Amino acid sequence: MAQQHPIGLYLKIWALLFVLSTLSYLVDYFHLQGYLRWGLIVSFMLMKAGLIVAVFMHMAWERLALICAILLPPGCLLVLVGLMALEADHTFITRLLFFR
Amino acid sequence: MSTPMPIASSHGAAPAGPTGWRGLVADWSSDREAFAVSWGKAMMWIFLLSDTFIFSCFLTGYMTVRISSTVPWPNPSQVFALHIGGADIPLILIAIMTFVLISSSGTMAMAVNFAYRRARMPAAVLMLATAALGATFVGMQAFEWTKLINEGVRPWGNPMGAAQFGSSFFMITGFHGLHVSAGVIYLIVVAARVLRGRYERAGNYQIVEIAGLYWHFVDLVWVFIFALFYLW
Repeated sequence: MAQQHPIGLYLKIWALLFVLSTLSYLVDYFHLQGYLRWGLIVSFMLMKAGLIVAVFMHMAWERLALICAILLPPGCLLVLVGLMALEADHTFITRLLFFR
Repeated sequence: MSTPMPIASSHGAAPAGPTGWRGLVADWSSDREAFAVSWGKAMMWIFLLSDTFIFSCFLTGYMTVRISSTVPWPNPSQVFALHIGGADIPLILIAIMTFVLISSSGTMAMAVNFAYRRARMPAAVLMLATAALGATFVGMQAFEWTKLINEGVRPWGNPMGAAQFGSSFFMITGFHGLHVSAGVIYLIVVAARVLRGRYERAGNYQIVEIAGLYWHFVDLVWVFIFALFYLW
């Protein structure tokens, strides 16, 4: 299946990625802090990742079998991240208790 | 117990065809395709999936050492600031690197487009432009590494704060830089073959799309590194 799409679409996504990158840079430039900062950074990150995978990598036009095979397994990583965050918090508290 | 099941009758006919190792291969493949794409593209996607797990392990390890450190983490905004025109501009080099890599993804997407239209010249030129932008990115990364090493950042410690900063930084950006460098070589090889008309004879330009998948993945990983390592 040849992936043939208009050049204009790529240019629009390109511009959009530039805008999103600028916005995430501005989050740092204006020293936003706390949940606002993390929320914006993660939102911009996921939007950029979505655009790259969907349009540049043509995932939006692939069949569901391929989409599921590639995009579902990384979900396991959320479990790893959750477990390691718990573990790291535990290590942090233990270090505060015993190594200070 | 008393009435033994007749063998291979109630569960359908016994599969005819090869047995032994050939049978194993035939049973697993069964002459069916799960994915309606060429094997090259399917394999590239599966390779990228495995690479996703490698980079995710690095980033998760970085998260773990950053959360568990009792020493304050160095502020990336200041560490990666550049002194331009009498003022420290935070993260400016990283921002430029981000724009360079995104632009290279744009030129790559257009190269794929031209390749499928069998426009050899524009496709190859755009691929070489992509490779040049990638090489620029690696060059800026080398500059960044040099700057940090001169400031005393080592994998085992640094003057700014938590010792784990150096090991996370060198490991994550180093592995990503290695991917970009490999991608530059890959793109140059494929572009040279496009120019020589190798795919014209076969009439199949999908290799350009497959190389593009790898390149966009490198950009994709940078999106996560930029957000999680530099901006967090």
